[in-house]
Amino acid sequence: MAVEQSLELAVPARVEYIAVVRLVVSSLATARRALADERIDDLKLAVSEACTNAIEANRAAGSPAPVVVSCWEAPERFEVCVADSGGGFDPDVLPEHPPVTDPDRLNFERGLGIPLIRSLVDDVRFESGPGGTSVWMTLFGGPDYGDETSEIVRVVIAEQE
Amino acid sequence: MELGLQVDDSRSPYTVLSVNGEVDVYSAPRLREKLVELVSEGHRQIVADLEGVDFLDSTGLGVLVGGLKRLRSHDGDLTLVCTQPRILKVFEITGLTTVFRISGSVDEATAGN
Repeated sequence: MAVEQSLELAVPARVEYIAVVRLVVSSLATARRALADERIDDLKLAVSEACTNAIEANRAAGSPAPVVVSCWEAPERFEVCVADSGGGFDPDVLPEHPPVTDPDRLNFERGLGIPLIRSLVDDVRFESGPGGTSVWMTLFGGPDYGDETSEIVRVVIAEQE
Repeated sequence: MELGLQVDDSRSPYTVLSVNGEVDVYSAPRLREKLVELVSEGHRQIVADLEGVDFLDSTGLGVLVGGLKRLRSHDGDLTLVCTQPRILKVFEITGLTTVFRISGSVDEATAGN
């Protein structure tokens, strides 16, 4: 199904702008989709985590480029892409945290962002290379597909792809 | 979007730190500074009241984990007060509900001593 871009927002790669991104993306998702409030909260957090990583990636690479956030819509899905111009990374080789029962767990104050994103949205994919990383986050469900149908829609889409 | 931090030390031996607003990578350093300051002032049983928190991200979680670690190394503890499903969910996903003592109210968190 056709996916159309509904928003593009380029913000300076500075942490004080993340609240603005959260507000804009969640307002758009609320206005355009028939998603439950808790799903909007999930999206807000996932987008926020992706922006935090994107800003860090640009800073680490010394890139003055903005972080570009775009929203894409199809009848059955809402996608948000957060793109940086950092050095890229391999999402499959993230360090594992010790189990929460391990006293060493308290030595890990960072690195929770990507596991959180993976838990919060219906689908996530990372396109990463030397020119930067784009994190694509998808929520299924929309105005014509009640949130309850997410599971069915997800199966149908998976079959099509 | 300002992060509100209020300290109430009228419930000895507990110190209640009420957090209001959004805790993210921008505002979390202020929460970290406040926790460090309280520990260095000798507060050992800190109750962080998160009922006024609208948003909490992984940086905020990291600061709370850091605070807990700092307090435990001083034979203290950090208890959280949180009943909001959207905030609790962040602790559940990351498995941190088993690391922190999470209470339903400040009264409950400060009872028993």
